[in-house]
Formats: sequence, structure tokens, C-alpha cells
Amino acid sequence: MAAPQQQKLKVNGPVAVTANRLTDGAVVWRTRDGGWSVELADAAVVTTADAAIALLAEAGKRDLDAVGPYVAPVLVGADGALAPGNLRERIRVAGPTFELPQ
Amino acid sequence: MYAYDEFDRAFLAERVAEFRDQVGRRLSGALSEDEFKPLRLMNGVYLQLHAYMLRVAIPYGTLSAAQLRRMAHVARTYDRGYGHFTTRQNIQFNWIKLDELPEAMASLAEVGVHGIQTSGNCIRNVTTDQWAAATPEECDDPRIWAEILRQYSTLHPEFTYLPRKFKIAITAAGHDRAAIKVHDVGLRLHRNEAGELGFEVLVGGGLGRTPFVGKSIRDFLPARELLSYIEAIMRVYNQYGRRDNIYKARIKILVHEIGAEEFSKAVEAEWAAIRDGALHLTDEMIADIRARFIYPAFAALENEPAVLAEALKDSRFATWHRNSVQAHKVPGYSIVTISLKPVGAPPGDATADQMDVVADLAERYGFGEIRVGHEQNLCLPHVAQQDLPALWAALDAAGLATPNVNLVNDIIACPGLDYCALANARAIPVAQEIAKRFSDLDRARGVGRLHINISGCINACGHHHVGHIGILGVEKNGQEFYQITLGGRADEHAQLGTLLGPAVSYEQVPGLIEDVVDTYLELRAGPQELFIDTVARLGVEPFKERVYASH
Amino acid sequence: MPLIEKGEIVADAYIRVPDEEALPEGAAVLIGIDRFLAEADGLKGRQAPVGVIWPNNRPIAEIEPYLGQLSLIALNFPSFRDGRAYSQARLLRERLGWKGPLRAIGNVLRDQFLLMERSGFDQIDAAKTADAEAFDEATHRYTVFYQPATDQRPSLLRQRLGRTVSGVRS
Repeated sequence: MAAPQQQKLKVNGPVAVTANRLTDGAVVWRTRDGGWSVELADAAVVTTADAAIALLAEAGKRDLDAVGPYVAPVLVGADGALAPGNLRERIRVAGPTFELPQ
Repeated sequence: MYAYDEFDRAFLAERVAEFRDQVGRRLSGALSEDEFKPLRLMNGVYLQLHAYMLRVAIPYGTLSAAQLRRMAHVARTYDRGYGHFTTRQNIQFNWIKLDELPEAMASLAEVGVHGIQTSGNCIRNVTTDQWAAATPEECDDPRIWAEILRQYSTLHPEFTYLPRKFKIAITAAGHDRAAIKVHDVGLRLHRNEAGELGFEVLVGGGLGRTPFVGKSIRDFLPARELLSYIEAIMRVYNQYGRRDNIYKARIKILVHEIGAEEFSKAVEAEWAAIRDGALHLTDEMIADIRARFIYPAFAALENEPAVLAEALKDSRFATWHRNSVQAHKVPGYSIVTISLKPVGAPPGDATADQMDVVADLAERYGFGEIRVGHEQNLCLPHVAQQDLPALWAALDAAGLATPNVNLVNDIIACPGLDYCALANARAIPVAQEIAKRFSDLDRARGVGRLHINISGCINACGHHHVGHIGILGVEKNGQEFYQITLGGRADEHAQLGTLLGPAVSYEQVPGLIEDVVDTYLELRAGPQELFIDTVARLGVEPFKERVYASH
Repeated sequence: MPLIEKGEIVADAYIRVPDEEALPEGAAVLIGIDRFLAEADGLKGRQAPVGVIWPNNRPIAEIEPYLGQLSLIALNFPSFRDGRAYSQARLLRERLGWKGPLRAIGNVLRDQFLLMERSGFDQIDAAKTADAEAFDEATHRYTVFYQPATDQRPSLLRQRLGRTVSGVRS
């Protein structure tokens, strides 16, 4: 999954804008009210390339809260619940896929 | 051990203060991310998938017990209780917070440890043989020269913004454990006929997107000329290395494009102008560095003491001893490798508790010294043979005595897509699953020496090109696939592996590797013929036929 | 873009003149390489100082025939990540014997000031005013220098032999 920041923007399905929080690197999602949230459920979801570009441009205006914003695919369930749209995003949301050393 | 002095301590404190200031400017907005990123990278700070990562250098792979204990402290206090040893004699902390990083760095600096130049387009941590000053094979302690290079390259004003990163490795033994042929510069320390120390200099080796084995541009560089010659190489590279394309910016591309001969001519011309200048190493300078390495006060002991002979009657101990203990240059002592590859665990990870155990054992049995090798294992370089049974019992109790060093489940793996922002596919779970297939260590021992190296992307941090079996993760249509190569090796006979066939899915990899191993067991000329030798004798074709027929 | 010389913010005595504009009579000028090479002979008779912006992708040795007629050399950092001009600066100072003013221009930021100073730059055209004001702090952050460079600070390799911290920097 080539670094998403370098990908050309192709939107065929619901997408959101994600980044890492400046202070601790935590995964954050661009919200509908122009902020950032650690909850994917709060993410603003768009479905066209133009809307995604606009969301990304807005998110990139200020780099003090979140770093390296990019457009990531999401899945919208029948009940409207959001889930990450690929393996990379699943790992970003849920952590490594194996048991961490204790 | 190398004893840092007041200069080194002052420098590290100044560096921490500078980084603290830079973090402050970043958090206040005075620095943009674009401006800050190269500065944090130069201190070993990456932004990964879920968090910042701190990479800490273990210069030439040597750690004191106090330093390892401090790593454990940082893992507990600022991270999630573990660390990951890398293929470049570094340790990484995966969950560290930017606003706590200056504190963590200050804590490390107190014991002379830092993340300086573990990333960025500068001269990186200089690596060498983890058996330095312990193996009977070497002509000199390579760490003397690595330390001279460490000092020379630290915050070098001219070479801090090179076209790309720059990695130097040194070996002083005939058997190369530092993989010098796949480094930007590889240095082979040896003696000429007159008995003088000097280096064979190789340039332009490297893995990644465009792998090359390094080319020798000088058979014998007198050791005292090391710095001026390196400066000449760096100056040619800094001016003429490509900067138009990040994938063509390493020195290997420059050497490949203009040819080793042209490159060598340019270096020699530059060197002629500076070799008698300020970088000429006098005997006093070399002696000063040499004197600051503290060596153990070895006792006069016999090889194979009675207590060892008695302990070897225990088959579990004997198995570990055969696998993890190597000959030392001093009678009555041994080199002990501590496997960080317990079957099913992430390769190269150690918990804070394990780090403390190893630090304690190093103090009790190993003159307080620990080594880290590029195979992602630890090493106690100086253990009295009479202490081996007690050491083993303690390691075993801490889950650190898996007797699988150099076996099929001693797998090198990069962090892969589970951590790394650059990765295309996972590496650690692949390693875990393969290791489990060979969890019967008798079976693994029957296979013999076999290095499996796994990288989660083309950048090749898992050194897949030089694994006896190399596994490279790629992405196709959102799915993880893996390309398999056979026949690579990183030692003095370094060569790049040959592609076995089409990439296979994540689920297919462990079975395919088992098939490759089974094919080897059928085809080998006898139990003495190692996997790598069978591949060299027969090529990949017979493997390809059998493996893909069954998949 | 404030100019720093000998640690102080100073007025720039040179006017940077684009290639297509006439050179102002009697004023010190800083001009691009193409114009300089095209007009080098004519410029020899000029009564006012001439400085040149030497690009970072042209071998610095080629400047040697012109050193006698130059009053200022400016080396360019198109991005602070592009470090070619550090080598050019050292070669100018150490190989070609340039004693005149040497200016860093372009994307010149405070975290690189010390590297520039150590490589032989004595004029720094800072990209940000706040950076220029922090020059003193940025170049005095370190008291320990491991390797010899163009500046006269002693390298640690040699200094250790004397076992003294004093004299690292006045």
C-alpha cells in the first residue's frame, strides 16, 4: 500500500481524511466541524474526488494539530457505522495484527 | 567498552537541549512540519502509522549493562514496555510521544546513548561485527575505527544534508558478520605483508529498490588515512550524487552510472589534495581512542572446565551450547548469542524485563558488556565457560534461551505494515507463522543453517535480497503478496537472491517456505551441504518446479 | 531577508540585479552566473564591486580564473535539504584560497547556521527574521566539535590529546 500521501486521488467509494496528531502521533480523523477526532465515527465522509480534495485542502491549511493528512477509504455499514477501508487503515485504527510483547 | 568523556557528555547534553528547543518551536508553530521533519529525523524520530518512533543508536553494537537498563527504563516510562532491535545495531521504541521525547532523550543521554544520525540524509550509525574483540578471527578491534568514524561523522557540517542516507560498515574478521558488501561504504580491515593495518574499501553496495554488491575501489588504504579517504568519498558524493530523484540518490547509483573506475578516480583526485591535512590520523590520536576502550580483565582459565563437561550431560543445555555458544579468543571463555527469536514472537523484540535480565546477567557473567548484531539477536561477548550452565539456566527462565541461532526460525524481519508508514505488507506475522511451522527445533536443526529475511517493502530494511530465502512484501489491488528469492547471502561471499517465481498471497507464504525447505532436504548432496550451497549448486529451477507444482 | 555578518544583522551593501536589468552605476552588485560569465571581461573594468551567485550544480573549481575580479561569492541553498553548497564553500576556502566574503543564500534557516559557519560562510542571508535574530543562540549551542572543518575550532580528535575543554570557542 504505497504511502497514501503519494497516491493520485481516485475516489470510488466513501473516503475520509486522516492524519497523525502532532503531540503524540495518534491516528486522527477530520471531523465535519473542521476539527480532528481520534474516533473514526466522528469522521467527515465524502464520496467524490472534488469533495475529498476540498476536505484535504482544508485539513492541510494548519499543520499544528495534525500532521501529514491524506485521503483514506472507509466502509459505511448498513447502520451508518464507519470502518477502515483497507488493511493499512485497519492496522492504524486497531494496532498491530499480532500480540504485542508484554 | 568505550568510555565516553566529558566532551561526549557535554555534546550530548547540548544536542538534547537543541532538540528540546526544536520540539518547542514545532509545538509553537515557529517550525512547519516540512522544516521540522529533517531535524527530528536527524535525531532518530520518525512518525509511523500509530505513533512517533524513536530509533536509538547502539554504536558498533556495543552496550553496557547500565545503558541497556536505561533502555528498559525508557521502554517502561515512555513507551509500552518493550523495544525492537533492528538490522542496523539500533533499538526502536514504537509508541513514544513527541512532547515526551526530549525527556526520554535526556534520560538516555545520561548514559551516553542517543538517536543522533539514526535517520536523515547523513552518515548513519557505523556498524560492525558483534563479536569484535572476542572472536579469534580478527586482526584488530574494528570498533576502534568505527569509533573514529563515529566522532568524525557526528554533526559533520559538510555532510549533514547529503543526497541520501549513508551507511558504513566495518569488519576486521575474514568471516564478515557486518554485511559490508551491501553498504554504501564497506571497510575490510586487514594486514598487508608488512603487517600494517589497512582497509579494503568497497563502495556502492546496498539493498533497497536497486540492490548492488559493493565494488572494491582500493585494496589497501593505510588505516591512518581512513578519515581523509572517507572525506574524499563523501565530498565526491555530496557534489555529484543525484538529487533529482530520491530513488536514484544513493551513492550506489552514482557509482553504477559513472562506473567504479571513474568514481575511484574522482575520489583519488580529491584525496590527493587532503590526505596530508587535518584528517591525517597520527599514532597519538589512534592510541588515544584505543586507550579509551576498556577490555575485560580475563582470568587464566582452561577450555572446557569440568563444570561445563558435567552440564553438557543435560541434553537441553547441550543443545543450546551447540547452537548459541562460539569460540572466544581467550582460553576458558566463550561468546554467547542470546536469541531474540523465541518461536512465535516478533523477531528482535525484547521486553523491558528481559532487557533488565540481560543487563544483570551481563554484569554477573559477562564483564557488563552486551552486543547487538544485525541479525536482531543479542550477544554476551565474554563469558567464562565455567559460568555457562548458570547463565543458561537464567536465560532459559527468562525465555531467552531458544536454541535457534542461524536456524530457519531465526528470521530477520522489518517492522512491516504493522508499524511502518512506508510498508506495503506485513512482515512480523509472516515471520511468526513460518517460525511456528518449524517449532520442532529438532526439525529446524536437521535443516541446518538457513537465513530467512523478510521486508515489508522495497526499501529492504529486512535485507530480503541477501537472505538465503528472501521474502519481499508487495501490494496488489489492496492485497498483500510476497515475492520469494533464493540464494542471497550477506557475508564475505555476498550475493543477491534470485527470484523463485510469481508472488504468492499472505496465506500461502508459510506453506511455500516449507516446500522450499522440503525440496532442499530432498536435493541436498548430504547433511553437510547447507541450503545456500544446494541453491548455489543447482540454481533455483528445481525449487521452482517443485514448489509451484504444489501451489 | 536579513543579512548576518560576523554575528550581527547588517545592511546589505550589494544590490541583487536580475540578468535583464542594467547594472546601476557605481553600486556594488550581486549578479547571476550566466550574466557574469557572459560579461566577465567587460566587468573587469568596473569601478564598483561585483559579486556572483554561483549555482550549486556547477563545479566550484571553475570559478578559479575569476576570483581576482570578485568581491563577493554567494552560494545557493535552493532547499535547506540540498547540501551541495557546503562542499563548494569548503573547497573555495580550503582549496581555492578564497579570503573574501562568502554568502549563503536561498532557503537558509537557523538550524543550519552553525553548519554554514563551520563550512566557511561568513555572511548568511537568513530566510526568516526570527531566525536571524536567533543567530547567536543558534551558533553557540555547541561547545564540542568532533571533526576539523573550515572554521578554526579545534577538532575533538586532536583536542582530547590536550585534555582541556577551554579554548573550544572564545
